[in-house]
Amino acid sequence: MSNNMFEIENVSFSYKSYGEVNIDIPALEHVSTTIEKGDFVVILGRNGSGKSTFARLLNALLTPVEGKVIVLGKNTADENNLWDIRSTAGMVFQNPDNQIIATTVEEDVAFGPENLGIEPSKIRIRVDEALQTVGIADYKKSAPHMLSGGQKQRVAIAGILAMKPECIILDEATSMLDPIGRKEVINVLKKLNKEEGITIIHITHHMDEAAIANRLIIIDNGGVVLDGTPKEVFSNVDTVKNLRLDVPQVTELTYRLKDYGINVDKLPLTVEEAFEILKEI
Amino acid sequence: MPIKVEDLYYTYMGGGPFEKNALHDVNIEIDDGTFIGIIGHTGSGKSTLIQHLNGILKPTKGRVVINGIDTKQKNLKELRRQVGIVFQYPEHQLFEETVKKDISFGLLKQGLSQNEIDERVMAAIQSVGLDEAVLEKSPFELSGGQKRRVAIAGVVAMTPQILVLDEPTAGLDPKGRDEIFGYITKLHKDSNMTIILVSHSMEDIARLAERVIVMNEGTIFMDKPSKEIYSQPEELEKIGLSAPQVTYLMKKLKAVYPGINENIFTVEDAAKELAKYLNH
Repeated sequence: MSNNMFEIENVSFSYKSYGEVNIDIPALEHVSTTIEKGDFVVILGRNGSGKSTFARLLNALLTPVEGKVIVLGKNTADENNLWDIRSTAGMVFQNPDNQIIATTVEEDVAFGPENLGIEPSKIRIRVDEALQTVGIADYKKSAPHMLSGGQKQRVAIAGILAMKPECIILDEATSMLDPIGRKEVINVLKKLNKEEGITIIHITHHMDEAAIANRLIIIDNGGVVLDGTPKEVFSNVDTVKNLRLDVPQVTELTYRLKDYGINVDKLPLTVEEAFEILKEI
Repeated sequence: MPIKVEDLYYTYMGGGPFEKNALHDVNIEIDDGTFIGIIGHTGSGKSTLIQHLNGILKPTKGRVVINGIDTKQKNLKELRRQVGIVFQYPEHQLFEETVKKDISFGLLKQGLSQNEIDERVMAAIQSVGLDEAVLEKSPFELSGGQKRRVAIAGVVAMTPQILVLDEPTAGLDPKGRDEIFGYITKLHKDSNMTIILVSHSMEDIARLAERVIVMNEGTIFMDKPSKEIYSQPEELEKIGLSAPQVTYLMKKLKAVYPGINENIFTVEDAAKELAKYLNH
């Protein structure tokens, strides 16, 4: 068995437009890449770059117009694989209020495993474990609408965990949250990745969240334009800025210093790294 | 006094089992033409506070007076004309067939002439950087960033003296965020509009606003000129906020370069300051 979670081979996708003229609007063009099991990947890209389309192709919410997407050996284009793929790779969306359906937290988390036909006694165990993992076990009897945004997103993550997935895909799941809520969600993701080996694919507009990934992919204009460790990718300060994105403040600061005749060959991502570099000069 | 909030209290679902004191002891005075930033995490009372500024919510106790109009009075038409609020995800409120009709809606309700409406609509779309070509399009054909701008233009077209924006850049990419902030700054400068900007982004608030109000647990935690707001990051951390990355870096570097100015929160200023010490 290969070590690949996802194999994306020459994938293109376009949306149909039903206006006065029927034209296809391309969203992704000839994208090929693989994502390994257990990786923590962050995807960045401007609004309209194709990053959400990419995410939706990964768990068969969309299927490629051209090329193929293979999830643990299963092709997303084959409808018979849908159940397996969706329980392998779960997705958390942007708006916490749009993805919670039950009247209590624990019922909401139980929804997924119930639909997979799992025995009630086992569901009980899975729900408790999932709530424990994301740190909201104390709220299991609460009504979801009484929770904060960060808590709601953690309920959504627990709902996926209860299905025992190998991968969680988050499509801008932190963009409606305040800094505390974001931190809560990010800490849960780090823990799931490190302790349970779950593959994480996190789409975001927050550069500080990108810095914690193992691998950073920037999508623009329907294709992958930069791909590497956060350090490698963010070292292309001008390219990243031209893509309407940003780099962390300390990275930009260190880079800008060359305008003042101070050349630093290593670019930092965190305050600590920046301090270590700048105190030496 | 243009904006005066006096001893404001607000209770949601008063008397019921879910009674919640959303605001207490809030006192604020804001002069004309000021750019105010409001920060605070979810549940701190920011949204409840701004909804008091045009009378959507009325004080449970205390009062809110805008340009001499007490928001508790019945006729709010004049108040709503003076205070424009752009809510979170304002694009969800677009409803008309064309962008032009959508932006015109509030103006029609004010009984303006067609000529004047056309002029105002043009000025409004220009102020948010949209092209004339979008006017005849359906708002639903536009991209997320464009929709957001149309929604803001709808409020700007009413030419409010006070413009309140609740997280106007949520969900936009960094460039789109900078663009929206650029247009807001321009409105502030060109028409001397009072701006009240609610945001989670400490970096942006510090850069744009003249004065920052920090809300916590329903009341004002800090109210300072933006230059001083990050001088004690520990205070902000107590309530779950933090200072910009470069502020922390400058504070750390002070141990190595004692003369350094640590009160810095933009990359530009930090680069300039560091250059003085590193360039010998």
